[in-house]
Amino acid sequence: MAHGHHPTGIKRWLFTTNHKDIGSMYLWFSFTMFLIGGAMALGIRLELFQPGLQFWEPNFFNTLTTMHGLIMVFGAVMPAFVGLANWLIPMQIGAPDMALPRMNNFSFWILPFAFTLLLLSLVTPLFPDGAPNFGWTFYAPLSTKFGPASTDFFIFGVHLMGISSIMGAINVIVTVMNMRAPGMSLMKMPMFVWTWVITAFLLIMVMPVLAGAVTMMLTDRHFGTSFFDAAGGGDPVMFQHIFWFFGHPEVYIMILPAFGIASHIIPTFSRKPLFGYASMVYATASIAFLSFVVWAHHMFTVGMPVAGELYFMIATMIIAVPTGVKIFNWVATMWQGSITFETPMLFALAFVVLFTLGGVSGVMLAMTPVDKQYHDTYFVVAHFHYVLFPGAIFGTIAAVYYWLPKWTGNMYNETLGKVHFWFSIIAVNLTFFPMHFSGLAGMQRRVPDYNMMFEGFNQLSSIGAFMLGFSQLLFLYLVINCIRGGKGKATDRVWEGAEGLEFTHLPSPAPYHSFEQAPEVK
Amino acid sequence: MKQANKKMVFKTLGIVGLMTAFTFAMVPLYNVFCEITGINGKVLVSKELYEKVEVDKSRVVTVELITSIHRGMPWKFETTKHKIDVHPGELNEVMFYAKNLSGKTITGQAVPSVAPSQASFYVSKTECFCFDQQTLLAGEEINMPMKFYIDPDLPKSVHTVTMSYQLFNATSDESAAAAGQ
Repeated sequence: MAHGHHPTGIKRWLFTTNHKDIGSMYLWFSFTMFLIGGAMALGIRLELFQPGLQFWEPNFFNTLTTMHGLIMVFGAVMPAFVGLANWLIPMQIGAPDMALPRMNNFSFWILPFAFTLLLLSLVTPLFPDGAPNFGWTFYAPLSTKFGPASTDFFIFGVHLMGISSIMGAINVIVTVMNMRAPGMSLMKMPMFVWTWVITAFLLIMVMPVLAGAVTMMLTDRHFGTSFFDAAGGGDPVMFQHIFWFFGHPEVYIMILPAFGIASHIIPTFSRKPLFGYASMVYATASIAFLSFVVWAHHMFTVGMPVAGELYFMIATMIIAVPTGVKIFNWVATMWQGSITFETPMLFALAFVVLFTLGGVSGVMLAMTPVDKQYHDTYFVVAHFHYVLFPGAIFGTIAAVYYWLPKWTGNMYNETLGKVHFWFSIIAVNLTFFPMHFSGLAGMQRRVPDYNMMFEGFNQLSSIGAFMLGFSQLLFLYLVINCIRGGKGKATDRVWEGAEGLEFTHLPSPAPYHSFEQAPEVK
Repeated sequence: MKQANKKMVFKTLGIVGLMTAFTFAMVPLYNVFCEITGINGKVLVSKELYEKVEVDKSRVVTVELITSIHRGMPWKFETTKHKIDVHPGELNEVMFYAKNLSGKTITGQAVPSVAPSQASFYVSKTECFCFDQQTLLAGEEINMPMKFYIDPDLPKSVHTVTMSYQLFNATSDESAAAAGQ
């Protein structure tokens, strides 16, 4: 057989074109970045435990917030979802592998280089004026005129990440469009596949915009252009428009696959089919479409005409409608189901509840007059961490617990999994809930010092952050333990209520080349 | 690569290409949009004639004048008055002063902006140094008049109009510009 020969050792990983190997590399890379970005978050929380300056120079504090954001967005969340797509999409659509396996290998191996470039900026002998310190949104002219020398490394790092994401997205689109098993029409595709295809379209449409923005930064910095320089006829506000034209679809790139994951886990443990499948598909597509026409709600304070503010406010609030459809569908799926609470289900439930909370604070932020007060406060930090940590990251963790027995053939330790869940959910709320209050009371983000009156809230947040960070090491242990045998063999179905080709048609662990022969889908 | 896959890859790459082009097209589109709508304080730099409009003596608008210099431009650039009260419709004149502090000949260009943005349509200039470039020899100084009037149709809610000018180095000879900095 042509595929019989596998290189071993490091060559297996360097040259692999197998979707499972590449998926695993993506997931491990993402977890590594999660720990690095998490360590930076703990550095931030350490400084904010008390008012005044204790640990870091203000400039290094700014570096920490910037790098934490960049690493978590581009290094942790996005590669985690690409990793899950690699592992799951071929198994879920009945294909042997991804459509473009060599490009798949390339798109992964770009990432370590991209993040080496980004992290090199922290090496002081190379860059005496420090790493990027202008926030993950890198607004011009702070990042162009006043950015440190390492900004150029950041720019090329972003270019590489963009190329990697675009290739990953193209691979997903081609695989899903051309390699589905006979009988699997578009409206029979599993939700995770649907959400990922839509995410992939968002990616190929907005990553070029990000690449364009950083290219303009580069030429502004070194080649005498004035895209964002008012004195040369450019406009710094235009930077924000271009950035958020990328940035708002980007936030849906970081959540749509998690929507798909919840749409698999909740039906399984409710032992009922997903309620309103078609409406889920249309809701996801509407969210993706709307994400392109609401970007300026991130910049209500730049001085827009009232008509513009009104439009962006209303358009943003409309997104709550398709999102609400999804939430109600998940709730309706559970309605009168025979529910059990295994670890993946616990994480999926926490996802639904806490993501909704983050969504509600999002609707508050969408209101222009209110936003002008919340802008750049910890209320915004609370909002986007509620949609990203219990949203994107709990979604990923839930997916790993749910599919890990299928991937490894072993059951993970359920008791410890539940311990991990309870630590995580208590800690995540302890960390981010008080930020709503400190933000409403006026505490600004990206500042290392704060007024005495915010001390109590910040101490709660800091304690929660350390608890949250260290309890993720338990997750690392659980995954390694499961790979090494865990709590015994998993059945082929793994979960009593599991549906989908990967559970009904493949053994556990899933074979190296998922479907040698396409299954028949009725 | 299979034929069908190849086709799909080219289609998706086409989207990537289109979006890249769109990103750079946003720059001129953005400027055109801002100039047409007048939002963002971007003003059309064009000379207008003072038509005999009725002066609204009952209304007073405060005009603030701000000057700033682009980093590295070795000029002094100031306004003689920082604030004047005007009646909508009357023609006003203010003086600006510039001096080349360097030892080289330097050409400067001032870029105007008006705030709040909804006022930008109602400020008409009949004479302005920002219409063209100024070339000053080493140490040379110049007084530059600027004549403008506020359209009486200026929205009633606007009481203060801020006109700002940033001066940047427009010397085409690169060695002169480098020496100037």
